[in-house]
Amino acid sequence: MRNHFDVIIIGAGPSGLSAAARAAEQKLSYLLLEATEAAANTIRNYQRRKLVMAEPRGLPLRSPLPFAASLRESVLNSWENVIADYQINIRYNSKVVAITRDVAGKKPEALKVELGDGSLFTADHVILAIGVQGNLRKLEIPGGDLPQVQYQLDDPEAYQNETIVVIGGGDTGVENALALTGRNQVIVLNRAEDFSNCKESNLTQLTEARQRGALDWLLETRPQSIEANTKGEFPVTLFAETPKGIERIPCHRIIARLGALPSRPLLESFGVAFPTADLAALPVLTPRYESNVPGLYIIGALAGYPLIKQGINQGYEVIEHIIGNPVEAADTALLREKFASFCSDRGIEDVLDKIQRSVPLLRLLNSLQLRELILESNILLPAPGDIIFERNDYSTSFFFVIEGELEMFIDEDDIADDSFKSGEFFGEMGLLSGRRRIATVRATTSCALIETPRRVILKLINSVQAMRRTLDEVAIKRIVHACIGLSLSEDDLNDLATHAVIKQYAAGEELFHEGDEADGLYLIRRGSVTVSRMMTGREVVLFYVAAGNYVGEMSLISGEPRYATVRAAIATEAILIDVGRMQGIIARNPEVRSSLDARYLQHLQEQEKRQQLETSSDSSSGFSNQSAQSSLISFLIQQGVGEATDVLLIDESLCVRCNHCEQACADTHGGATRLDRDTGPIYANIRVPTSCRHCEHPHCMKDCPPDAIHRAPHGEVYIDDSCIGCGNCQQNCPYDVIQMAVIQDQPEQSLWQMLLGIQPKQVASTNNTKVAVKCDMCKDIADGPVCVRACPVGAALRVNPEQLLGYASNNVADEHHILGFDDA
Amino acid sequence: MQQSNMFDYKNYRYFKIAVVVILIALAAFLFFEPAVGHYGGSWLGYTLGTISACMVLWMTWYGIRKRRYRGTGATQGWLSAHIYLGTALTFIVTLHSGFNFGLDVHTLAYTLLLIVVASGFFGNYTYMIYPRKMTENMGEDSLDGLLLRIAEADKLARKIALLMPDEINNTVLRACRETSIGLSLIDQLSGFQPNCPSAKAVQELTALGKDLAVDQRKLYRELYSIMVRRESLVRRARQDLMYRARLGIWLYLHVPFTVGLLVAMLAHIVAVFVYW
Repeated sequence: MRNHFDVIIIGAGPSGLSAAARAAEQKLSYLLLEATEAAANTIRNYQRRKLVMAEPRGLPLRSPLPFAASLRESVLNSWENVIADYQINIRYNSKVVAITRDVAGKKPEALKVELGDGSLFTADHVILAIGVQGNLRKLEIPGGDLPQVQYQLDDPEAYQNETIVVIGGGDTGVENALALTGRNQVIVLNRAEDFSNCKESNLTQLTEARQRGALDWLLETRPQSIEANTKGEFPVTLFAETPKGIERIPCHRIIARLGALPSRPLLESFGVAFPTADLAALPVLTPRYESNVPGLYIIGALAGYPLIKQGINQGYEVIEHIIGNPVEAADTALLREKFASFCSDRGIEDVLDKIQRSVPLLRLLNSLQLRELILESNILLPAPGDIIFERNDYSTSFFFVIEGELEMFIDEDDIADDSFKSGEFFGEMGLLSGRRRIATVRATTSCALIETPRRVILKLINSVQAMRRTLDEVAIKRIVHACIGLSLSEDDLNDLATHAVIKQYAAGEELFHEGDEADGLYLIRRGSVTVSRMMTGREVVLFYVAAGNYVGEMSLISGEPRYATVRAAIATEAILIDVGRMQGIIARNPEVRSSLDARYLQHLQEQEKRQQLETSSDSSSGFSNQSAQSSLISFLIQQGVGEATDVLLIDESLCVRCNHCEQACADTHGGATRLDRDTGPIYANIRVPTSCRHCEHPHCMKDCPPDAIHRAPHGEVYIDDSCIGCGNCQQNCPYDVIQMAVIQDQPEQSLWQMLLGIQPKQVASTNNTKVAVKCDMCKDIADGPVCVRACPVGAALRVNPEQLLGYASNNVADEHHILGFDDA
Repeated sequence: MQQSNMFDYKNYRYFKIAVVVILIALAAFLFFEPAVGHYGGSWLGYTLGTISACMVLWMTWYGIRKRRYRGTGATQGWLSAHIYLGTALTFIVTLHSGFNFGLDVHTLAYTLLLIVVASGFFGNYTYMIYPRKMTENMGEDSLDGLLLRIAEADKLARKIALLMPDEINNTVLRACRETSIGLSLIDQLSGFQPNCPSAKAVQELTALGKDLAVDQRKLYRELYSIMVRRESLVRRARQDLMYRARLGIWLYLHVPFTVGLLVAMLAHIVAVFVYW
């Protein structure tokens, strides 16, 4: 048997398989070594039918090894096919124990690879692609090797009616535990005091499962030993150390998900150098993935690229490097395409450099981050006079100005309220608040802009702290400017912005309480608040204030304690400007003073009016229309209307239960109705049915693997055809308005069929997979939502919470009439 | 945001139109006295008749229109127009007849029209009254939910009753077996069952509880409260069914008589032209 190769690839994961397939294509002599009995072990150990993601989405795949986001089974299957088709020279059960320089051999520079069974191979180049999952950590306790103790869970369906202990509070452990609930008794052992390491969706599901009684957990608990039982129902007993002492847990099975052993000691034994002493540090590599050991290459997760697609691309690239072919990074062609109309005469690196030089905020990114940002963004080249976005649009993208100048118009007049020059950015308000644009932005000269989706920017500011800080500073300045001081001097603005404090509030938390000493002015930049007062012994909601406005000016003007209590209606972020500074500003700027005064007087008037209504109603009939009114606001806010942009309400005093709303929805939306008229809380004859509210910050969009959920310019949140049916959005929606259904186009019933009561023939559906469906506000249907239009009696109505709850500018009596309360 | 019912839709738009239509027809009737006198065969009669026939067809189209969800416009507007113009239609048809009635196909068509319109009025009345009552009765519960809870109460009550003296057990069993909820149309419309076994069982239980052993008292109280709850659930379910039935029953007049009206109207028109 031959034992010298051009290349030895260690690890038959995605990177290794990709390298092997490319080596086969390039007719190199190569050997692929796999420690276990099958390829792609990490993915094989995923739960059955788990979805394998293909991130980053924009990155092209350039390897003979196919890969796209799909189920575990189909990914594995396609790779098995590659192994067969290319007749990959793979040797299973070949654990590498040593790699040394073969000084004594015929080729002195060759590397010697020694296997666990004593076999020896030599190669000119060795590619290490063993990933980080290869060495699963095992329970180092007595009984850790019993057959009932397992370190992976292949098929959760295989276990029924068992008591199973899952050890490990990480995502894998929690996901395993959740998959086992329902049919088994599951106990999760977590050595930490909470599950804060988990993804949010896992945590919610776990908590929910525990509330349902589907599983239980033990915190701050470590396994001590496991004993096999010779008799009784349970084959093993786990002894665990809990804060309350040793606990005996008899069970059928123990699944331990303890993560993987760090691979650094192994790499060091091969002679690989690391830059720091940190156990998690990545090995020192050249741009061609070569380590300090000549001829030893490291790719994939081990080299710090955790994503499958990156690893596959590296497998390809490393073989090309070894042969000596020049390859450019996989995303270069895409970047070139992005820059097709912008500086197309220059090289990619040159353009990226130019962008970083002109936009200071982007200098905070490393080159990998910048490339990813550009890949996900668009380059816009507006001409003078072009409008980038308009006031009241619902677009949420963020813009960097590379070249040129733009102007912003906040109010109706045609005088610019602000301008943006090269190197600046705009659109940060929509980024945070999720609401309509507050201003129109128009190009004054020819410009070059980068338009980046909200999701990408949010991801970046979460990982680059400096970027978040810079963005916050400018954002505060802008909101102060927009809210109170269109006429403020730059110095005053800077002063306010640097001293402002960003405060965060959970839903229901108070910003300040009636009677408190005034501490300053609160600019709401995200979320919304209610303003309420105690009137005749009851808390009455007076106003609803949405992001982009301020509260707390009344006490600031009068110097008296707080008139009212302000409470966050949903998770809210406010900027607090302290009293002293604000009063200084007011003293220096008569315009600010007069605008605050005007607001103050208006509020005072409204409040007086409300107060009179309250007291008069109280003396006459106890629970009357007006108090019903303010209770209705509280009720609607409890139902999440505060974070909605458009919500369906049903007036139960008009609804004749004909269900035309649901039928119309189903008929025009692939056979599945997206609203449930019959469920949902009712207050004073107003029902909030189970139907999408098109939230400002849609919960459903949080974790959508194919990024299929979008927000249309008018605020509609909709799911496009790329939905893969994973169900994340269904779980993330707090209002239960998303369901999984097969979409099937409904044939229209002809007149004759309708008269004779014949159902039209269903076209045989080609695709029977369930996808997530939800209300799209009939955005593609002329004339608007069919649920409302199909209602013969006018009981279904769609409202926007600002109209519904914003009393500040509306006549109370009008509102009153609008909601049909006159005869309640 | 607008919140109007089918009557004040768009600030009574169709009410106003209907009034105008009636006034024009009435004015025409009063000002132009055809030489042949007021009857359907005069030129005024033909005109009013043609208009009426078109309106009848248009009214009928509403039944189809409201089930076609892919069109434009709001069904609410159509219903509002249907109600007001349907009422106006009765006036026009009456003027069309010139108050000549007899025992013939013409008067038959007229009578059918009146029945259709009257049933429609009754429908309006139910639409105004019952939705609110339904909400008062049901709150956030659904009928299915109530029935499920009744079934659960049945199961629990029967289980406890097994531990009780025979008399109590029999009463409970009878209540569970013989209570019916909206079995027939009459039951549904009336909203109660004569001699309702559930209500009777509660009464009987009150009397039967007196001479129980001390150890059975606790169970008895539990059983009693279950039966009381069960009875109110049964009553609410019947009420809900009653409202549903009453909201729907008028359509069983409105629609078949509309079909009859169309046939009679066709006969009326054919007859007029055959005997020209």
